[in-house]
Amino acid sequence: MDIMKQIEENIIAGKFKETEGLVKTALEQGKSPNEIITDALSKGIDEVGRRFKCDEYFLPEVMTCARAMSTALATLKPHFTTEKKTTIGTFLIGTVEGDLHDIGKNIVSMMMEASGFTVYDLGIDVKPEVFIREIREKSPDLVGISALLTMTMPAQRDTIKAIEAAGLRDKVKILVGGAPIDQRWADEIGADGYAEDAVECVEKSKVLLGLGR
Amino acid sequence: MKTIVEGKHSKVVISSETPTVIIGERINPTGKKKLTAALKEKDFDFIIQEAVRQVEAGAHIIDVNVGASGIVEEELLPEVVKRIADAVDVPICIDSSKPVALEAALKVCPGRPLLNSTTGEEKNLETVLPLAKQYNVPVIALANDERGIPKDTETRVAIARKILDRAVHLGIAPEDILIDVLVLPIGADTETGKVTFDTARRVSEELGLRPEVGASNVSHGLPDRKLINTAFFALGAACGMTAYIADPTVVEITQTILAADLLLGKDEWAAEYISFYRKKEALKGSGK
Repeated sequence: MDIMKQIEENIIAGKFKETEGLVKTALEQGKSPNEIITDALSKGIDEVGRRFKCDEYFLPEVMTCARAMSTALATLKPHFTTEKKTTIGTFLIGTVEGDLHDIGKNIVSMMMEASGFTVYDLGIDVKPEVFIREIREKSPDLVGISALLTMTMPAQRDTIKAIEAAGLRDKVKILVGGAPIDQRWADEIGADGYAEDAVECVEKSKVLLGLGR
Repeated sequence: MKTIVEGKHSKVVISSETPTVIIGERINPTGKKKLTAALKEKDFDFIIQEAVRQVEAGAHIIDVNVGASGIVEEELLPEVVKRIADAVDVPICIDSSKPVALEAALKVCPGRPLLNSTTGEEKNLETVLPLAKQYNVPVIALANDERGIPKDTETRVAIARKILDRAVHLGIAPEDILIDVLVLPIGADTETGKVTFDTARRVSEELGLRPEVGASNVSHGLPDRKLINTAFFALGAACGMTAYIADPTVVEITQTILAADLLLGKDEWAAEYISFYRKKEALKGSGK
């Protein structure tokens, strides 16, 4: 089988232990890192997303696929002449102040990274001023704000308001998510998008950045 | 060692020797649009109906949480607690992350309700534990702190120990502390179930406290969720779990807990197990 097809299928199968070897083989065969990303890795992770969306794949499988993807990207990294080429956008994410939940956020981070975004994860219990400081420092394209409790949902609104007050609102696209969150809430608080899960977060991020799909 | 929780005329014992206690979780707006709307519109009939359904299904205690954006908890929580305590004669578990709401509800709740909850976070220890002491009620303590939910058993047990020390220092009896050992989605980390069970065992054996857990999230992102949930309840019981915050209206959950109790020698002559079976059959017969 063609090495590119093999890599694509390796990502879909989530066999992350074999990913590095396959990617190295492709490089040895003269494939460029960009080719490997476009013709193998992206195809693979898109298929994983599709399967997850229609309940063919389940969370643990998506996690292993994302891990295979991260392994592939890490293997490719030293082969890029400029770092810029490895990223399709930058994404800053954190769980709001007062909320200590991080699993959903971590899965989103993983999938975003696996899909080619550069991710800055601020962790849990992130105060609005920390979001602002990091937006100034990292100039991300996208900001993800996570809240897992009905009690901490208002902190998403507060964070967005603070970003506005700091004059940074038009510099970033904002996505919100978390168990109690829905599109209506996202509209109400002036977010640019809502994602139900990590796969949707990748899709919406691409749309917001005009990257197709 | 046993924890006593009381309703107006009812009493529930939580201990390692007695049957596993089911704390009905359905009165909590997180992820429930209809209930959230009912709370906002003060549609108390709907809310009371949720309480009655859970008691009929086998809940020993009813958890009451009204936390949602746009709701003033310190006003609504006492009102809902009072109405439910009047409508069903089982003890109430007063559930809020706001100490002022907990206190407002404690003032009007009959009997000896369960307080849900403190964590190992300093700001909670300083506000919630004194309430448990002042109102002489048992309290649930979550085994996490400012750093989030620990991935490992050791840290969870250490936090439980810290909470115990603080409580005892305030004059709260160890009998009145339940430790929520926490469970995370198994689909995101396949070690996390084992950590929960190990923590339960150690909380029970080393600290002499009663472990408890809410479990609806354990199966997130996986197929056949009910299967994982029920297996979790059965295994937890074997590791010393004394109570679950769960949905008793899912009949398999109640059945699994009853079967596990029977197998663990907590249900003499299978009285509870058989009585639940009869009730279920009778409902079938009546076409309900």
